[in-house]
Amino acid sequence: MDKKAIVYINQFFGQVGGEEAADHPPEIKEGAVGAAQALAAEFAGDITHTVICGDNFMSSNQEEATARILEMLEDIDFDIFFAGPAFQAGRYGNACGAIGKAVKEEFAVPVISSMNEENPGGEMFKKDIYIFPGGRSGAKMREDAKKMAEFGNEILTSEGPFPADEYGFYKRGIRHQYFRPDEKTAAERALDMLLKKMKGEEYTSELPIPEVDRVDIAPAIEDLSQVKVALVSSGGIVPVGNPDRIQSASATRWGKYNIAGMDRLENRASEGFKTIHAGFDPAAADEDPNRVVPVDALRKFEEEGRIGKLHDEFYVTVGTGTTVGEAARMGQEIAEDLKDAGVQAVILTST
Amino acid sequence: MAKEIERAGITIVQMANLVPVAKTTGANRIVPTISIPYPLGDPKTPEDEQWKVRYTRVGAALDALETDIEDQTVFKVG
Repeated sequence: MDKKAIVYINQFFGQVGGEEAADHPPEIKEGAVGAAQALAAEFAGDITHTVICGDNFMSSNQEEATARILEMLEDIDFDIFFAGPAFQAGRYGNACGAIGKAVKEEFAVPVISSMNEENPGGEMFKKDIYIFPGGRSGAKMREDAKKMAEFGNEILTSEGPFPADEYGFYKRGIRHQYFRPDEKTAAERALDMLLKKMKGEEYTSELPIPEVDRVDIAPAIEDLSQVKVALVSSGGIVPVGNPDRIQSASATRWGKYNIAGMDRLENRASEGFKTIHAGFDPAAADEDPNRVVPVDALRKFEEEGRIGKLHDEFYVTVGTGTTVGEAARMGQEIAEDLKDAGVQAVILTST
Repeated sequence: MAKEIERAGITIVQMANLVPVAKTTGANRIVPTISIPYPLGDPKTPEDEQWKVRYTRVGAALDALETDIEDQTVFKVG
């Protein structure tokens, strides 16, 4: 197949480095570099270039990173764009989705990615690009890359349409006009469905309504100076020693730690607090944990009377690789505790 | 997590760098932070600058808690 592909991967899979290289600005290399080789093994065309960008660079400067990458691609001729696979890595999923969407809009080529179902990037970008359900970690690299490459081969050589049900990517919610192989008209199908419904039999709607779980917006606090405010964080800030043994990733435990009488969180070097979060470089948080859990700023607001009181305990878990189900359970448990303590308002910091 | 705490009737604001993720996971009041590893203070900047960032953004989060909203809202800082 005489088709050209470009692949986007992050600093880790591009073999630039781990967390310490997460600020790596975007660069483009010729050929299939690092993890792009897993795609090259299955893709029937030619991978001419690999774009590599640090996850933090992308998340903190998304507009700039996207603009720079689009500029790099401007003079290159390509037929398809692959991003990832991103597994369960949240920042990476977001990066693949954001750059994939931009490339699709700018160059009108198909864009294919792969993300685990727990990766929020999937929910965010499945309408914009083709995203296949993937494994939780790089152990599934070969499998996930194969799915992406094979669909790439298909999309470049056949006419479509490419229904999500048949090919297995996350539903995009896009409707296509085409002639069904069975040539059954909508009227016939509707009647079939109606008859099944009347008989109490199973039937499949052709227009499923997506379920969106939203919560009612809690009312604004009238006057914070009369209220107890608590800090909650998914940034993994714990007392040095991690007494509750909260996991560094895929957490199932949370902790609450007393800060009564503390003007600020002391750092790791002073045997105070540190982060155990495995999803980002801990240096900045270890050096000054208030950068993640801003006890010092809230003490100031307490002193100024802006808030009634800062709750004596802050609550924390680790938000990387943590499943939605576990996060919801921990959220419910923390909420119970907060209510018992008479907390009316919460600032949640996430990393 | 933010969603469950809000479901319990506690007014909550999420401070997040990945705002689109916070939106997807269902936070209703969102205040952006400056990065993932250091949401509220860039170690490459002077102490007083970091303090300013932290004080301003936490202040914006407090304002958000006192603001009535109809829909999911990302609050501007400064």
